[in-house]
Amino acid sequence: MIRTAWLVLKKDLTVEVRSLEIAYTTLFFAISCVLFFAFALVKEGKAPEDGAAGILWIAIAFGGTLALGRTFERERQSETLRALLMAPAARPAIYVGKLLGIVALLVAAEIVLVPLVAFLFQAPLLSHPFWLSAVLLTGTIGFAAVGTLFSAMLVRARSRDVLLPVLLYPITVPVIIAGVRATAALLQPDVELALVRFWVALLIALDAVFVTLALWTFEPLMTD
Amino acid sequence: MIPLDFEDLTADEVSRHFGRRRALSRISFQTRKGSILGLLGPNGAGKSTMLAVLATLLRPSSGAVRYGTHTAAASGATLRSRIGILGHDLFLYPELTARENLAFFAGLYGAADPQKAADAALEHSGLADRADDPVASFSRGMRQRVALERALIHGPRLVLLDEPFTGLDDASTAALVARLQGLRESDAIVVLATHDLDLAEGLLDTALFLRDGRLAEAVARPDSLRSTYRTIMRRST
Repeated sequence: MIRTAWLVLKKDLTVEVRSLEIAYTTLFFAISCVLFFAFALVKEGKAPEDGAAGILWIAIAFGGTLALGRTFERERQSETLRALLMAPAARPAIYVGKLLGIVALLVAAEIVLVPLVAFLFQAPLLSHPFWLSAVLLTGTIGFAAVGTLFSAMLVRARSRDVLLPVLLYPITVPVIIAGVRATAALLQPDVELALVRFWVALLIALDAVFVTLALWTFEPLMTD
Repeated sequence: MIPLDFEDLTADEVSRHFGRRRALSRISFQTRKGSILGLLGPNGAGKSTMLAVLATLLRPSSGAVRYGTHTAAASGATLRSRIGILGHDLFLYPELTARENLAFFAGLYGAADPQKAADAALEHSGLADRADDPVASFSRGMRQRVALERALIHGPRLVLLDEPFTGLDDASTAALVARLQGLRESDAIVVLATHDLDLAEGLLDTALFLRDGRLAEAVARPDSLRSTYRTIMRRST
């Protein structure tokens, strides 16, 4: 399973490095979101309290939705999904490979987004880099775990581009809320690390639930 | 993974419905190793659906497919390691080179040395000199040759081919016919869906004529395929 997941991840990253299609669109869309909110909300150099946390996660969720939509669409275009499903590997390994690819891509986008949001919203996002990384990584895994499953499920649906966010956002609301609250906690002048730890623990629990459910349902969903 | 093998393939009253549309209706046949079975019929006859069922990509709505004594439900991934499929779409990543595509699939099928397997496949396809070019830059015929090698890279017992002659020039067609005969000699079970009766002539051990998802007739060692096809299709309307 690990070998198959690694092969799928390596293949996805190679294809992405060659085309940069998902990276560019995700990043462009996410940066646009941040800029729009910055122009709308930042007045005379002052941003609303906790605004940076919300804007960061909105940008990740919107950009991530674009990336999720494309990851299986690419497999559909040349019908390579059928070839992947024909491989004598446990089908959940394909899911894991795809999930890791999306997480890697979103983490790369976050590396650009975090300093941008910190600069535009004058937010001390980088003052606790370890905890911020933990929050972003666990939140991204939870969001991508649900999104990768739905993206695979909708690959044959004609209105998949509309259905993906409609299905994805309500289910991932707990992840986004936990991510926003944890990030907001890190922006306080006196950071309460116990609170941050609580949100990170909650995110880890949500990740475990979402990934387990996705691994359990991926095979039957993809068989027909 | 425990190696699994089988010597015959049996479809027993296989039906497949998509909603209210009946794509396959009670198809039965048996074929053995070292033989080529042709699925012949007009568009929409159910050839590709039958291949997808045999490939374990679709579950039959009723009936069963048996691979020797094994079934897809019971043997799943292990069974798929013995099946190779060349679909109407080629199952290749256009951004990757021919070598990368073949090495990726060799790896997925558990090859000990995927690069070596890819190199051998490239030699077979006659495309070793274009190995490091992206597949997107290949002609349809060249892609078809790479796709055939992808389907065969793990030495499958059951080879499923959907319109494998599409886009091939005369030389490549002759090479493919020789390859299929080689597969028969190496005891593979080949199932070939095609419209091209002229190319299938003399190649098939058994021809199944499908129409509207039904088996119109099965003919062993068919000769003069075109006239047989016309007669059967006229009779089944």
